[in-house]
Amino acid sequence: MQFSRRNFFKFMGVAGASVAALPSSARAWKSKAPPDSYGCLVDLTRCVGCRKCEEACSEVNKLPAPERADCQCTIFDRKRRPDDKAYTVVNRYFTGKLDQFDNPLPTYAKVQCMHCQDPSCVSACLAGALTKDETGAVKYDVSRCIGCRYCMVACPFEIPAYEYHNPITPKVMKCTFCYDRISEQGGLPGCATICPTEALTFGKRKTILKVAQKRLKENPGKYIDYVYGEKEVGGTSWLYISSVPFEKVNLPALPNKPLPKLSETIQHSLFSYLWSPLALFGVLGAVMYKSNKVQEEPQNKGGA
Amino acid sequence: MEHKASPLNKKFWTPGVLVMLVFMIAGAIAIIARFTGGIGYVTNLSNARPWGLWVGVDVATGVALAAGGFTTAALAHIFGRHYYEPVTRPALLTAALGYTFVVIGLLIDIGRSWAIWKPMFYWNTNSVLFEVAVCVAIYLNVLYFEFLPIVAEQFKGRVNLPGIMAVFNPLIEMILKIGDAILDKTMWIFIILGVVLSCMHQSSLGSLMLVAPTKLHPLWYTPILPLLFLTSAFAVGYPMVVFETTIITSSLKLDSEMNILAPLTRITIFLLGIYMFLKFGDMFVRGTYIYLLDGTYQTNSFIIEMLLGIMVPWIMLLFEKVRNSRKGVFTAASLIIGGVVINRINVFIVGYKSPLSDNGYFPAPGEIFVTLGLIATLMFIYRIIVTYLPVLQAPKEVSP
Ligand code: SF4
Ligand code: SF4
Ligand code: SF4
Repeated sequence: MQFSRRNFFKFMGVAGASVAALPSSARAWKSKAPPDSYGCLVDLTRCVGCRKCEEACSEVNKLPAPERADCQCTIFDRKRRPDDKAYTVVNRYFTGKLDQFDNPLPTYAKVQCMHCQDPSCVSACLAGALTKDETGAVKYDVSRCIGCRYCMVACPFEIPAYEYHNPITPKVMKCTFCYDRISEQGGLPGCATICPTEALTFGKRKTILKVAQKRLKENPGKYIDYVYGEKEVGGTSWLYISSVPFEKVNLPALPNKPLPKLSETIQHSLFSYLWSPLALFGVLGAVMYKSNKVQEEPQNKGGA
Repeated sequence: MEHKASPLNKKFWTPGVLVMLVFMIAGAIAIIARFTGGIGYVTNLSNARPWGLWVGVDVATGVALAAGGFTTAALAHIFGRHYYEPVTRPALLTAALGYTFVVIGLLIDIGRSWAIWKPMFYWNTNSVLFEVAVCVAIYLNVLYFEFLPIVAEQFKGRVNLPGIMAVFNPLIEMILKIGDAILDKTMWIFIILGVVLSCMHQSSLGSLMLVAPTKLHPLWYTPILPLLFLTSAFAVGYPMVVFETTIITSSLKLDSEMNILAPLTRITIFLLGIYMFLKFGDMFVRGTYIYLLDGTYQTNSFIIEMLLGIMVPWIMLLFEKVRNSRKGVFTAASLIIGGVVINRINVFIVGYKSPLSDNGYFPAPGEIFVTLGLIATLMFIYRIIVTYLPVLQAPKEVSP
């Protein structure tokens, strides 16, 4: 018995049926960004590295107090990331800028969840534990979470952190955008209320985007002419403006395309109404019927 | 097709089985540590590295290597090549056990194991992982149903519970009989369903990484990743059967079944060829061959995958002499399996790097013990089942 020509075509037929129809039912992918969400602008030229936002964040979110809250020097020797105990951290970067006495000038940058407009984490979460709210906040509902950590794999900003040392009920930890506060009239995120230099500006995303663009225009030469987060991965709620290149303060260069677009398009064009599995089932059923009939062996096909 | 599977009549406690036992104990200790101290206590996982050995090997590789189940079912039952039926039972057993252990591996890896049922009620149809989870859950049950007739065959007509339990004998007997009769009529549904579900989640496992283009190395990140995962699952199915059958028949001194394995490898030339063509095509279309000489560990791992895991075994199988020798076929099959294992490890571990916060990763001893422990337990249970149930072909009853 050999792998005959006939079998070859049978295989090809089945494979072809499942691949060929791929684009036909593909509906155009649409952004699910909320229309009038909030945003927050970080002006890196104004941040002095006081770390008050870290303190405020811990307080409003009932997290442990920040590591050496009063320290503004040696703590910066190490690059920190948000983790399961801190939703936001401020890092110091020397990017080669000098003051008038040729001393290196630091740039401070706050990191937290960017609350993407089309968040990868939300698309990834199999149980819908992460959702994008009308306010723009990307919310986490622990009662749905199974702890698979796919959201962490998906996030391009490497934000969600995990309580790795909790054996039974660990949670995903990340900035909440102070959802409870901002969903109230006039409410501000903890970090934005406290900033003494007004490096953080909270408001409707559309408004603060204009604020940012105005600042860039009114201070020619001071800023890099770019609002980080306006277009990155389809736009983020948090926006940054800076006088130093964004990559140098760990804000990564990212495509403008929302990252969930590719996988969601593939998933929906293949599986909406389960059309492709059903089609494959039909084709295989026909093949099975035929091939068993041809051989005229009417005994049971299973198990044996 | 007058083959007959039967239970084995062999000694159970061999030195090999004792070695398995040692690994099982080490794994059990690590699992206890995981559920008392947390994932962080036994693993090197971090916020930059949420998925490590357990997802890369226990889950992703496990699913790929269980592909023998649906590929042989498709060949023998759907495409009507009944000649291959003697290998469908062991392949089915491997798949059923393989998927059981994939789920056990998942339960250990996810943070809230007790919540694993939640996605069945809270759906996110945008999520690739949701689809994988649903398919694996259903497929596992399909595999159990497909295996049931084998259990029924062994016990039908001789259910004989001891002592007081004996009152249940007629009842169980009846359940077995009716269940077997119903399954006999409906088995074709399960067989096709199994193939469909396999195609779905084998490919979707590849889609998992599509959401993270900045983290997966361009040598592996391609929009056709799902197609590559699917075709490699097709390609590795029969080599897995060859691999298992050879090991089992030689360690238990049964017939080598070369008459079936040799033609299986002919199909493999074709299936592996498709995968190889797509792999190379993808590399040339996207121009990623520019990385090939940069000497990083990632590139080297890619080269090993392509060379030893795909090209060498494919060329080997082109030779009639290799295909007709037990050793040659076994070597080629092992290389193909190794290639798929390295591919899954590359996609989920080696090629994955969080550009902002990466801090390097190598699995901790605890992770390795759990993985080895699970593999040993799987082999142990396989051993028990083939000893007591009619899975393997009875010695000296060679089919046509
Ligand atoms: S920054 Fe990461 S965690 Fe935050 S919304 Fe975007 S993808 Fe989600
Ligand atoms: S870890 Fe929780 S929140 Fe994150 S993807 Fe998994 S289920 Fe969703
Ligand atoms: S928005 Fe709220 S949770 Fe997020 S960094 Fe600011 S204070 Fe913390």
